[in-house]
Amino acid sequence: MAIRVFLTLLLFLSSAILSFSLYEDQAGLTDWHQRYIGKVKHAVFHTQKTGRKRVIVSTEENVVASLDLRHGEIFWRHVLGTKDAIDGAGIALGKYVITLSSEGSTLRAWNLPDGQMVWETSLLTAQHSKSLLSVPINLKVDKDYPITVFGGGYLHAVSAIDGEVLWKKDFTAEGFEVQRVLQAPGSSIIYVLGFLHSSEAVVYQIDSKSGEVVAQKSTVFPGGFSGEISSVSSDKVVVLDSTRSILVTIGFIDGDISFQKTPISDLVEDSGTAEILSPLLSNMLAVKVNKRTIFVNVGDKGKLEVVDSLSDETAMSDSLPVADDQEAFASVHHEGSKIHLMVKLVNDLNNVLLRETIQMDQNRGRVHKVFMNNYIRTDRSNGFRALIVMEDHSLLLLQQGAIVWSREEGLASVTDVTTAELPLEKDGVSVAKVEHTLFEWLKGHVLKLKGSLLLASPEDVVAIQELRVKSSGKNKLTRDHNGFRKLILALTRAGKLFALHTGDGRIVWSMLLNSPSQSQSCERPNGVSLYQWQVPHHHAMDENPSVLVVGKCGSDSSAPGVLSFVDVYTGKEISSSDIGHSVVQVMPLPITDSKEQRLHLIADTVGHVHLYPKTSEALSIFQREFQNVYWYTVEADDGIIRGHVMKGSCSGETADEYCFTTRELWTVVFPSESEKIISTLTRKPNEVVHTQAKVNTDQDLLYKYVSRNLLFVATVSPKGAGEIGSVTPEESSLVVYLIDTITGRILHRLSHQGCQGPVHAVFSENWVVYHYFNIRAHKYEVTVVEIYDQSRAENKNVWKLILGKHNLTAPITSYSRPEVFTKSQSYFFAQSVKTIAVTSTAKGITSKQLLIGTIGDQILALDKRFVDPRRTLNPSQAEKEEGIIPLTDTLPIIPQAYVTHSHKVEGLRGIVTAPSKLESTTHVFAYGVDLFYTRLAPSKTYDSLTDDFSYALLLITIVALVAAIYITWVLSEKKELSEKWR
Amino acid sequence: MAKLTLIFFLSFLIFSSSIAFQSDELLVDDDEFGLEGAKPRSTDLHTSSSSSSPQQQQQTPTIRRRYSDPTDLDSKVQFTLEHAFGDSDFSPAGTFSARLKTWSHGGKTLTKLRFSRNDFSAEEKDAFKNLLKGDDFYRIRLPSNVVSPPGREFVIASVRARCLPRDGLDEHFIIHMEGANILAVSYGSPGACQYPRQLKLPAKWSFNSHTILKSSEQAPRTPIFTEEILGGENVEGEVEPPPERSFWAKYWMYLIPLGLVVMNAVTQASNMAEEPAGGQAGGAQMQPAARRR
Repeated sequence: MAIRVFLTLLLFLSSAILSFSLYEDQAGLTDWHQRYIGKVKHAVFHTQKTGRKRVIVSTEENVVASLDLRHGEIFWRHVLGTKDAIDGAGIALGKYVITLSSEGSTLRAWNLPDGQMVWETSLLTAQHSKSLLSVPINLKVDKDYPITVFGGGYLHAVSAIDGEVLWKKDFTAEGFEVQRVLQAPGSSIIYVLGFLHSSEAVVYQIDSKSGEVVAQKSTVFPGGFSGEISSVSSDKVVVLDSTRSILVTIGFIDGDISFQKTPISDLVEDSGTAEILSPLLSNMLAVKVNKRTIFVNVGDKGKLEVVDSLSDETAMSDSLPVADDQEAFASVHHEGSKIHLMVKLVNDLNNVLLRETIQMDQNRGRVHKVFMNNYIRTDRSNGFRALIVMEDHSLLLLQQGAIVWSREEGLASVTDVTTAELPLEKDGVSVAKVEHTLFEWLKGHVLKLKGSLLLASPEDVVAIQELRVKSSGKNKLTRDHNGFRKLILALTRAGKLFALHTGDGRIVWSMLLNSPSQSQSCERPNGVSLYQWQVPHHHAMDENPSVLVVGKCGSDSSAPGVLSFVDVYTGKEISSSDIGHSVVQVMPLPITDSKEQRLHLIADTVGHVHLYPKTSEALSIFQREFQNVYWYTVEADDGIIRGHVMKGSCSGETADEYCFTTRELWTVVFPSESEKIISTLTRKPNEVVHTQAKVNTDQDLLYKYVSRNLLFVATVSPKGAGEIGSVTPEESSLVVYLIDTITGRILHRLSHQGCQGPVHAVFSENWVVYHYFNIRAHKYEVTVVEIYDQSRAENKNVWKLILGKHNLTAPITSYSRPEVFTKSQSYFFAQSVKTIAVTSTAKGITSKQLLIGTIGDQILALDKRFVDPRRTLNPSQAEKEEGIIPLTDTLPIIPQAYVTHSHKVEGLRGIVTAPSKLESTTHVFAYGVDLFYTRLAPSKTYDSLTDDFSYALLLITIVALVAAIYITWVLSEKKELSEKWR
Repeated sequence: MAKLTLIFFLSFLIFSSSIAFQSDELLVDDDEFGLEGAKPRSTDLHTSSSSSSPQQQQQTPTIRRRYSDPTDLDSKVQFTLEHAFGDSDFSPAGTFSARLKTWSHGGKTLTKLRFSRNDFSAEEKDAFKNLLKGDDFYRIRLPSNVVSPPGREFVIASVRARCLPRDGLDEHFIIHMEGANILAVSYGSPGACQYPRQLKLPAKWSFNSHTILKSSEQAPRTPIFTEEILGGENVEGEVEPPPERSFWAKYWMYLIPLGLVVMNAVTQASNMAEEPAGGQAGGAQMQPAARRR
């Protein structure tokens, strides 16, 4: 039966004309696209006419954007490259947004209303240094004050009108570090303050018109400085000494440098080391000592005086001039589930201008940053609004005691994605309720019929479109028959887990990871990876699935890990534990316990392996498979891959019975002088392979070598590991390997001379497709490698199969010598690639498509048939029938094959595919700064009727037919009767 | 005459193999390398032919004719194979010796690899028997650099001990080389290893070793199409007519439904055979009734 279905399917597929594209009116039916910007670093408000309603932000995802202050929508946005980090942003001339990026080497001006680039200037940089941007605040539009930029050891003055470099000054002297560039308003002298060997303060006075050094003074400070610096006014800065226990006020009025030391112990009792906080407050300083924030007023003569102290968890904004030469700043602190926003005058901290209390979602964590803006209320008094950045990277606007809008910017930094099923439909909620009444249903179908017969008026077309978007309850929170409705679980770098609905992309729930032990060292673990923990099949009605979130405290590899188990339906944390060892590798095992919890092994830095869940049942299941558990580690820096096997239980005091030692079974050592690992890849563990054999055109059978234990490794010459174009073809070569991870056998090894990385690869079934750069041809190339098993080649005989004389059911062991052969072919590919994925379907019958994330942040669907190693120049008739495409040297890029159609997934980093229950269809989710989701049917939806199938037409046809049959029957009866009476 | 001596030699070897050291190394000829100067193109140096006649391989003597024409650039290298039983420490188990050929462009390749395997001592035999009982790992290692052993690291490979014994102890090495570096070694029995693994003691405590040196294969170049277009006419002429397919292969899609229809018809016909009596009787009764009306 299955064979017959498969054959009919094949027939159907071969007859189907290939087309992946959609019609214009189908866009947005199944796909959705969400735009984000990332965690905000700087925010610049503008109060002039043009920009009153907007705020300019720059983010950690290298985005500069203009947001609507009323609604939080994006007016315009530019995503700079991954290496183009933004150092500063400002507004010049009231109409240009100025951004400094790439460590002070690129200065750009964007038009404020529409975000078009006005000019771009590359600045000379010589060394690694701080980059400082100062845009003069002037309200006279016609007068051009130069922008001063410091970066890479040079001070540049750039005209704001056209980006011309007016002058530059070299500060690249040995050991000299520029700390501040200051310019008093209205003055033409620029002060450049720097430290020479961290112990000598040097002040240059530079004429802002010509760039000439007017005066230079330097004074040695015996204690030495420790970098952090806070400028309190245009002629004073405060810095910590090298012991971090003395505050030093450096005054440089008219170029004369004066030091004034104030030990912190004079300010607060029993003080430890201090830290100067970043907010810029005029004549005031915020210092963090002993987990408290103290405000220190800086007097005229550099005298320091504590004026206030706050608890540690307070975020502050820079100070802002309000009326009457006074400056105000905002501070936000938490109290339970509420946050308090206060705006105070800098001169008089007791004068609170604004005090607001706002209920805050616990899942947003602490407030990280506050940006304040003032406006004139309708009653002519001062109003304040604050833009706050939370711990989960979300961005909120507070005004008049309420959250005006919020943006979930955490989703711009997704680190891992998995999918989960929605709850089953329980009694009481039925599909019929969604389908209103029979009349409306029929009306809808009549409309659709009109549309398909090209009879619809423009209004009807709109109505059809609306109907389609609303239809079929695609946004419901229950499982559907086709598996189209699912939850996408996305873990972000901030340690927040989001559940997105595939129907419309809305956030169903979100949860911020908590540290199980509220220790000081690890307040908030950051998210690392996500695994399916429990997927109930037997008890699907009464048990909820759950996922395992692996987090880490701190960034280094030996940092202790945190496990958190989250219920997928409710978004509540079931339990979490501080596991007390580091997490290097998490290995889901293909075994589950009686509660259908998947067994996981977690390897730590010491070389031990820990079993989870920690139950005796899991342990007994694991002991049965103990002999057959192997794992491998890749030491990319050393160029060594090691295979391990379980050995025994851990010894030692802290060890428990769930901890195991391992021993080394095999090593692959790449020579360090000629090869460097740049990419490793395995098959997806949950991939389904439908057929193990492939029928050739000459009725020959090839058996796929389908092994779960294959590792793809790509190495390049160490010289070739750099950027494209940095080496000659002779110097660089690329070698790819297929390694069996049980025995360490190299099954396939292929070297590409004159090629270099970066390598992007995808591994599925028995094939690998990888993308790299060919230096000789100056083109990108894609190579496919398919690996076939020869040991089962004798099983072709039908009689052998019938009589059972075959070895198809014999267990396969990796210790047998593998008899494999590979086929490979290379093609040119015109585009640079960011990532490659492959579609996956429920049973693996549907043909596969490669999903190529191109450099233009779009996703291209390329049929696997284009990268078939069996393509030949002149395929025979039989080969053509099988669907082999004549060989070309370049892979085609068909514009209609972009699954993202008109959208761009800015900053694309990954593509995840998941099967739906319908064999023909697969879910595709792409993430970067933006999110994009769509459903794909690589061989079209051969197993279901399309959405626009007209049931009404079918119904009418049937009714008409039945009526016709009845009428003709009556007529023939009559005729027969009359004939018989004749 | 030659045949006779060969047979004699063979039989001698068969006889002696159980008692004394035996080596089955095979010399690698220079010719088998690509001599173009570039890196050798696909060099699978089989030092022994397929395992069909392992005994015959032992006749390859320690001296072959090519041995006497070394190039000046060649140098002799030796590196040891070490083994370990389960978790024990590594101890020497044999010696590989080879010639290191230095090419004019600076590349180095290993040629003429030979291997002499030490036999198990009494303790080692016991240790190996223990491995067999416990289905444990027999591990070997080689230095990762043959010029300056051990190089950066040892290249380790392991096999379940129960996979090795047949008549003797059959082992198979594939040494993956990159210049003078050993990348990896694949180690195991030359053929299949049955699962579940049965405990079986070897009849003879001697090794049959097969060694293959492998270096990297060059990727096939993307064909250059201009040439193909120029030679297009030839290609046109050479197009073979598609092989004549059998009647069944051509028309199966029609034959199967036809067969089904025929079968259906046959079964229906057989059912009908019983029915007509009743059916006709009914018809006969009906007809008079109609007439009466």
